[in-house]
Amino acid sequence: MGRIEIDEIRCKGCGICTVACPKQLIKLCDKANIQGYTPAEAVNQELCTGCALCAEICPDVAIKVFR
Amino acid sequence: MQQVFTRPESLKDVQTHFCPGCQHGTVHRLVAEALDQFGVQQKTIGVASVGCSVFLYGYFDIDVVEAPHGRAPAVATGVKRARPDSFVFTYQGDGDLAAIGTAEIIHAANRGEDITVIFVNNTTYGMTGGQMAPTTLVGQKTSTSPYGRNKAKDGAPIKMAEVLAQLGGVAYSARVAVNSPKNVLQAKKVIKRAFQFQAEGKGFSFVEVLSSCPTNWGMAPLAANERIGEEMIPYFPLGVFKDDPIAQD
Amino acid sequence: MSKRLFVKGNEAAAMGAIEAGCRYYFGYPITPQSDIPEYLSRELPKLDGEFIQAESEVAAINMLLGASACGVRAMTSSSSPGISLKQEGISYMAGAELPGVIINISRSGPGLGGIDASQSDYFQSVKGGGHGGYRIAVLAPNSVQEMYDLTMHAFDLADQYRTPVMVLGDSVIGQMKEALVPNPRPVRELPAKEWAVRGKSGGEQRIVKSLFLGDGELEAHNWRLHAKYRQMMEKECLSEEFETADATLLVTAYGSVARIAHTAVAMAREEGLKVGLFRPITLCPFPEEALKAAGQRAGRILDIELNTGQMVEDVRLAVGSGVEVSFYGRPPGAGSLPSPEELLDQIRKHYA
Ligand SMILES: Cc1ncc(C[n+]2csc(CCOP(=O)(O)OP(=O)(O)O)c2C)c(N)n1
Ligand code: SF4
Ligand code: SF4
Ligand code: SF4
Ligand SMILES: [Mg+2]
Repeated sequence: MGRIEIDEIRCKGCGICTVACPKQLIKLCDKANIQGYTPAEAVNQELCTGCALCAEICPDVAIKVFR
Repeated sequence: MQQVFTRPESLKDVQTHFCPGCQHGTVHRLVAEALDQFGVQQKTIGVASVGCSVFLYGYFDIDVVEAPHGRAPAVATGVKRARPDSFVFTYQGDGDLAAIGTAEIIHAANRGEDITVIFVNNTTYGMTGGQMAPTTLVGQKTSTSPYGRNKAKDGAPIKMAEVLAQLGGVAYSARVAVNSPKNVLQAKKVIKRAFQFQAEGKGFSFVEVLSSCPTNWGMAPLAANERIGEEMIPYFPLGVFKDDPIAQD
Repeated sequence: MSKRLFVKGNEAAAMGAIEAGCRYYFGYPITPQSDIPEYLSRELPKLDGEFIQAESEVAAINMLLGASACGVRAMTSSSSPGISLKQEGISYMAGAELPGVIINISRSGPGLGGIDASQSDYFQSVKGGGHGGYRIAVLAPNSVQEMYDLTMHAFDLADQYRTPVMVLGDSVIGQMKEALVPNPRPVRELPAKEWAVRGKSGGEQRIVKSLFLGDGELEAHNWRLHAKYRQMMEKECLSEEFETADATLLVTAYGSVARIAHTAVAMAREEGLKVGLFRPITLCPFPEEALKAAGQRAGRILDIELNTGQMVEDVRLAVGSGVEVSFYGRPPGAGSLPSPEELLDQIRKHYA
């Protein structure tokens, strides 16, 4: 059981986390943040294992992981 | 539930100027984590270089000396000799370390200075707009190699981790990448191993990190990551080229 | 009471550095200053100091930058071509407001030139040298004793004003042997180095840098550097005068050639000519006020240098248009320095 929080302001919408998640629980949303990037958002959180691979690869340290 | 992934304390909680997907951010975090893990934040002196990582002091919550382009290993030498109890690392790009700063890195390494060098190889001069670097791959187009790097005229890309491993003063030399979660986790181990050498006073340690520059490669971050796996790693193999705690004896 | 020694100028500078508390030296071999690294490679290890023979002058000045950023007294030395290579680092040190002492036992140029005594690096030394619009203090000893004393003084100036300081000599001053009284380091109260990196140690982050990108930051920084220079100009000018009180011809000269000019002026006095010598000791800040007074009193100046005319520009600026300034230059190459008689001839020629 896990959960992630994505810092919507820090996220630069690079999308790297979306392919890093083994369960594909992250996607980019369509609405831009104040930096002008479309940030990532977590979906189907109940499937999250808290493995933190998404956070490990995020260049902007925008993901917090709970387990 | 407990928080199992947090920002390291040695990394300031600020927005970086790095482009989306730029792995300077990843490398910063890994280095900061290692500083935290060794408990050396309070005695660390970082030496910044000139390149996209020039704002080291803006992102790391540590004391920092800024070096001229390429000279970080010489500056770090002065720092470490003057304050042998401090923990000293340089953070340099491939233009900085492998072109203009070649003499400084070779000789700091050869003297076996008790410092750690983090070398971010993104096969280009990021900060100045994507010119050819000494690490640019053969055939790679950059703003100053518009027809692709020509081995006959420009030489072959330089493999610094292997070069430095040849030197007597080097205790540890390795190459990692941060393009996949697996590689990031491996990079984390290697950076910690490199810091271990310094923590134990066992000599010069060097980590080359293959990194992306999506902006100057003209690629989306995901495609840039793929390029690391498909083009860079085959030429710049990952691995440990020297791990010799007794190199100093 | 200090005993009297009989040593080379270069050794005296190295001894002065040690007496000033310098324990870190970084350098690269070049004639005619190699006695300095040779001496320090022998003595610093005995004092728990660090001596590094760097891979180049570029590396050496950057090692100095790093050590100095930690707040210790540190030094490098070289000669003209090597000083050219150090200019990058000197500019960064000036920009980051780092103290540090650079000894230049200059030789002749341009290019590889030769190793004769020369004063052709005056411009490079006093007008900034590297890029970016800054000045460093430059001291010009004319004896073995001054090599010792002014090197000590250089460390104090460097720490007081947070600036690189150059001691500018040549092979005459560096290689000759003279009596030296190794006086103890003078006591000067200096500001604490609260800017020096040390690893946060529970305190505020400290950053040593010369990059200023904030709006207006760099302009303010440039004016702050300039203000330090003005302050040095007010407080730190040094010069020596010989027989200037009633002189109607004032000779100006610094460093090695000032020794010969001194003899020539004494000979002229024996002939009854009212000639005096003004010797700037600080080339930067240039002793404008003192020179102006002496120059205007005399009404006429003969500037003598071992080059084709460099300091003479500053002499003219200092004394203004009412004083006639002539120049006699001997750039190196003939293998010999001007003799006192040669300079006496010039004095006679310019004596009205
Ligand atoms: C002496 C000098 N020459 C050139 C430059 C311009 N310059 C700034 S950064 C840089 C290259 C940066 O490339 P790299 O070291 O690979 O770092 P990156 O930005 O790719 O991380 C250059 C050439 C400079 N600052 N100083
Ligand atoms: S913690 Fe693991 S499972 Fe959860 S979102 Fe991140 S990568 Fe996916
Ligand atoms: S990796 Fe980080 S910055 Fe990139 S999209 Fe995901 S959360 Fe955002
Ligand atoms: S230019 Fe390249 S190296 Fe520099 S921040 Fe952008 S992506 Fe990173
Ligand atoms: Mg680069």
